[in-house]
Amino acid sequence: MMRYQSLLNFTFLLFVTAHLWAKPIVICESCEIKSISEGIDRAIDFDTLIVKKGTYKEFNILVDKPLTLIGEGYPIIDGEKKGEIMRIVSDGVTIDGFFIINVGTSYTTDYAAIRVVKSENFLIQNVVLEKLFFGIYLEKSNYGKVYHNKIIGDAKDEYNSGNGIQLWYSHHVEVSNNIVQGARDGIYLEFSDNITIDNNKSTNNLRYGLHFMFSDDDVYTNNLFENNGAGVAVMFSKGIIMKGNTFRKNWGTASFGVLLKEINDAEISNNTFEENTIGINIEGSNRINYKGNNFINNGWGIKVLGACYANAFTGNNFLYNSFDISYDSKLNDNVFDGNYWSGYTGYDLDKNGIGDVPYRPVKLFSYIVNKTPEAIVLLRSLFMDIIDFSEKVSPVFTPDNLLDINPLMTKVQ
Amino acid sequence: MIQIEGLQKKFGKNEVLSGLNLTIEKGGVFAILGPNGSGKTTLIKSILGMVVPDKGSISVMGEPIKKNWKYRKEIDYLPQIANFPGNLKVYELIRMIKDLRQSPSDEERLIELFKLEPFLDKKLSTLSGGTKQKVNIVLAFMFDSPLLILDEPTTGLDPASLIHLKNLIREQRDLKKTVLITSHIMQFVAEISDVIVYLLEGNIYFKGSIGELKTKTGQTDLEHAIAAIATAPTHA
Amino acid sequence: MLKILKYSFYDLIRSRWSYVYFLFYLLLGFVLLFLNNDVSKAIITLMNVIIILVPLISTIFGIMYFYNSKEFTELLLAQPIKRSSIFLGQYLGVAGSLTLSLVLGLGIPFVLYGLFKSDAIFDFSLLLVTGAFLTLIFTVLAFNIALSNENKIKGFGYAVLLWLFMAVIYDGLFLMSLIIFKEYPLDAFSLSATMFNPIDLSRTLILLKLDISALLGYTGAVFKKFFGTDQGLFVSMLMLILWTVLPIWRLVYVSKKKDF
Repeated sequence: MMRYQSLLNFTFLLFVTAHLWAKPIVICESCEIKSISEGIDRAIDFDTLIVKKGTYKEFNILVDKPLTLIGEGYPIIDGEKKGEIMRIVSDGVTIDGFFIINVGTSYTTDYAAIRVVKSENFLIQNVVLEKLFFGIYLEKSNYGKVYHNKIIGDAKDEYNSGNGIQLWYSHHVEVSNNIVQGARDGIYLEFSDNITIDNNKSTNNLRYGLHFMFSDDDVYTNNLFENNGAGVAVMFSKGIIMKGNTFRKNWGTASFGVLLKEINDAEISNNTFEENTIGINIEGSNRINYKGNNFINNGWGIKVLGACYANAFTGNNFLYNSFDISYDSKLNDNVFDGNYWSGYTGYDLDKNGIGDVPYRPVKLFSYIVNKTPEAIVLLRSLFMDIIDFSEKVSPVFTPDNLLDINPLMTKVQ
Repeated sequence: MIQIEGLQKKFGKNEVLSGLNLTIEKGGVFAILGPNGSGKTTLIKSILGMVVPDKGSISVMGEPIKKNWKYRKEIDYLPQIANFPGNLKVYELIRMIKDLRQSPSDEERLIELFKLEPFLDKKLSTLSGGTKQKVNIVLAFMFDSPLLILDEPTTGLDPASLIHLKNLIREQRDLKKTVLITSHIMQFVAEISDVIVYLLEGNIYFKGSIGELKTKTGQTDLEHAIAAIATAPTHA
Repeated sequence: MLKILKYSFYDLIRSRWSYVYFLFYLLLGFVLLFLNNDVSKAIITLMNVIIILVPLISTIFGIMYFYNSKEFTELLLAQPIKRSSIFLGQYLGVAGSLTLSLVLGLGIPFVLYGLFKSDAIFDFSLLLVTGAFLTLIFTVLAFNIALSNENKIKGFGYAVLLWLFMAVIYDGLFLMSLIIFKEYPLDAFSLSATMFNPIDLSRTLILLKLDISALLGYTGAVFKKFFGTDQGLFVSMLMLILWTVLPIWRLVYVSKKKDF
């Protein structure tokens, strides 16, 4: 409350200095102005609208002036499933503190709770969305901020559900401290460059926690992606930086912590991949630095499919994954150096903290499981250990240059 | 005491007992004799229920023994080869058997009789054959059961112990108990047995007193009589 | 039966081998925990030990005990005791003392290490339960072999062969058939093949805990149902119980018909 108060004061101050004559327009059930649309009609540029606690059954609210809309005590805007609820078509709009429910569902139109179209310098914060189709939809809108919102969907099927936060041809946007759950994709980016995605929690979404397509030079940091249908997909993009994120419990067929498909020149560091079916699934991605990540208890730590060149894996921890690394071919052009592998059984006679025997992270068994998936039930059997051992001694099926020459004796902290 | 009817037992193709009928009356010492492989031990083990007969029935004290085990409370058995769990001590073994049978016993008199006191604290695997046999005898005689089965009781005994054994058997006879004995020592048999049961090729060849046997074979001592019965083709 | 169990148990408790077995586990537990300082790693190593070593030791111990206690058995047979009691008593004596060695030997170091405060307690108990089951199963299998083979050398040979088959050869044949028939849907087959080998069965139980993320990566519907729900745990436990009960039943049945 205090924060809203001070924010209010701050906005107030702004208005006092800039437009000394302006008073905030108050909207409530017993006020002169009873609906938000009416309030916007009456407002002039740079006005502040204060919406009091109550339920407002409105949809297609068009914000076409630079206004600040502030909800007091979380007023409810109920769209009654009739269509889109709020559309912003002006620069410099702030939406703060609303509880928006019942967005209409359609197979032809992507109805959103809040849609920003071709606008700049927007701020959407402290908004709670429920019973939605699409949540916050940014369309060709730049230099904005989506901050501290909570989006709770109840998506059951992919075909009739929408994404929590969607960016389409939008650049230089900051998406941070949001909570998104139960949508189709938690956060979806398409053709959106220079985006910062920080400290969000995207959980229990039907498809991806985060979905990137054709979006370059984006940074995402300190996010949590948990229990999403298929994890996080990063496709056809370059110059991505992923740091300090956590990917957990993305379980299922073809499910993964992160899917990298056609990604070049990225940096993936200090992330934690825990209990995913596949930690990172890499397809056709080149020149990526993997550094200081933790791969813990995944089915596959890293699964490399197809041609991936000049990737470097250094200083990562691979802990108790069923398979640390899996390759589907005999070719290897990637470097593994100075990682910690819990499966390493070598020794360190010269006590320099580096194992004296190289470690081969790719097991023959992972190759067999790629060919005959049912063989997974033989995991950890003595027979498999024996053939893995013989493969380790003389590699026939797995890339023979794939080894970590400097395996660490203790975990990277 | 024991009724056996049509008892038949094969081990593989080897027919050991072929339709044997035998009645052992109550009271008296019965010596079961016969050449090696005639089925003496199989017969005894069948009575004890250790060997399961192919055909025929056995009753002990009027009760059929098939699928029954309680009747063994009435039997004391002295096995032919005294094999005991090696890492038990003698007193532990005696205590264990007592515990398992839960019947009154007078092992102390017998231990004194066979002078086993110094061995009580020894492990069974360290004992000599004779001493083991003495322990074996103690175990067989310490209970007060109406039927005793002794398989080669004299094996390995010194003369003094042999005398004690004979006295023990006579004592049982005086108590009107039934004693079954197998032995190859004819002198021993002649001294203590009332009835001879002679087994040949899995059947009873002769059953009667020593006197009857001598008369039948026309021999004057038991050893020759037995030798004669085995070779002569005459039928009883 | 309880008396026989008691005597077999005391007999074994006093034998050197029980101590060796116990001390081996104690040492293993301490080495794994205190030299490594990593419970997860220790549990993975222990799993390997349990699914390989426990069956081997139980088989060999069981068959040795049976042959060595022949005299004891014969002594008991002439006593007024039910046959089934004699064999069940001896069996439970052996299996019980082995299980005790295992549980105490591994349990003590883990408790000292502070297992009760760790999340690994469930994994660890599951390991001990599977270890106990494997002991029960392989001891009774060994008893069955011994009961059917008078010849010690033969019996011993069969017992070692049984272990080798269950621990290694079975999985080899299993994998070969998977590769040969890989054109066909095999998930039902591979699950049922697992059920017919107690070592694989125990391994599956442990996989359910340690490798569930990998197991859920497979597409088959039968697989998904088995590993994705509690069904896998129930079915595997049930099969382990069957694997214990059926050989015990045979032991009793055959022992009733056997001549001594």
